[in-house]
Amino acid sequence: MSKIHVTTTVNGDPVEFLADPRETLLDALRNHLDLTGTKEGCGTGDCGACSVTVDGTLVCSCLMLAAEANGKRVETIEGMAKEELHPLQRKFIEHAALQCGFCTPGILVAAKALLERNPDPTDTEVRYWLAGNLCRCTGYDKIIRAVQDAAAEMRQEHRGAA
Amino acid sequence: MRYHTPTSFADAAAIAAGTTGTLRFLAGGTDVLVQMRAGMVQPDDLIDLKHIPGVDKIERTAEGGWRIGVAVPGIVLGGHAELVRDWPGVVEGMNLVGSTQVQGRATLAGNLCNGSPAADSVPGMVAAGAVATVTGPNGTREIPVENIPAGPGKTNLAKGEVISAITLPPRGKNGGDAYLRFIPRTEMDIAVVGCAVNLRLDGDKVVEARVALGAVAPTVLLSEACAKAIIGTTLDDAALAALAKAAEGEAKPISDKRGTKEFRIDVAGVLARRAAKIAYDRAKGTSK
Repeated sequence: MSKIHVTTTVNGDPVEFLADPRETLLDALRNHLDLTGTKEGCGTGDCGACSVTVDGTLVCSCLMLAAEANGKRVETIEGMAKEELHPLQRKFIEHAALQCGFCTPGILVAAKALLERNPDPTDTEVRYWLAGNLCRCTGYDKIIRAVQDAAAEMRQEHRGAA
Repeated sequence: MRYHTPTSFADAAAIAAGTTGTLRFLAGGTDVLVQMRAGMVQPDDLIDLKHIPGVDKIERTAEGGWRIGVAVPGIVLGGHAELVRDWPGVVEGMNLVGSTQVQGRATLAGNLCNGSPAADSVPGMVAAGAVATVTGPNGTREIPVENIPAGPGKTNLAKGEVISAITLPPRGKNGGDAYLRFIPRTEMDIAVVGCAVNLRLDGDKVVEARVALGAVAPTVLLSEACAKAIIGTTLDDAALAALAKAAEGEAKPISDKRGTKEFRIDVAGVLARRAAKIAYDRAKGTSK
């Protein structure tokens, strides 16, 4: 079976790889690019553990073929911390908003996408936005509190910078 | 599997017409990739429609309606203020499909072609009078959206045919639409029953109406009996009772894990009443 040559940008770095036509973006990230922070939970778009952004839009990387990423800009959990942890990552630790941690990368990527659109969401808005991210250990209260605390800090920083 | 990326619908139709094995079109992929992974479908040919110019566009038609490309995802529909103002019911139906992540990819045309009787975007499109533009080996034809599904997982499209756009008619004055569904939770579930109502008023009186019911038959139903029950009325209690009775009469559901036949029939009446009231208020301009 002939492979497809895919050229894309992942966390700002240009990358290229050969993908099987049936291969998902999730499998390409993990198996070709060794970016194993993006997790496979269900593989059918229900759990959100594989969340990434593609050209700025939040998607499940298990519901997208690697070949479809050609020419796109992909952002994964590995691109989230810069010099230091992103405020969301820090607040998830402070609030202990995780136990096993398997769902955490997907939730962080999804929460970051929310705060970029809506820096001051209500709890209800956070819950609906994250409805496609399942956590089977912690329960969601601490996750919501961590997101809201990070959002508050980011608003503060934004005001400080302005 | 051969992965095709045609740059025109004529080419897509020609590829599709020439295939002999299992074929799937790829727009958002939120159904196709799940089916591939589950082993339900193993395409020999997969035709990605997203390289065709215009598939990601929402454009005003010359008549004042909206032409929606087949790769426009739910999140873009929801963010299009003018479209939401014209057809809030269509957009709220689509926006109920799946999670935020799914909204980033899932499309109206895909939801329609997946052929689920419970597809949340379809009753709204049917009530709105949406038309699918279908491109095939012999050219292009226009088909009312309600004539696309043939039953669960099946469409009336012929070999080589592909939906190339969805067009909503001009909203016009004094019109409103709404979609409601019942699920046993608040999010991330499949409709037990869905109902869309689209109507136009002259003063306080309903002069035009289209009512569509989802998940109560093998395909989404366009109900003339429901429309008749409210046309010519001011949507008073008697009209709402007649509408509910008509919806109950039209519903021919099955019992399954999501709900019993009796429950679905009852809910069809309840949702028809509630959706009609929302559509009426929107037509009046007294609610969003």
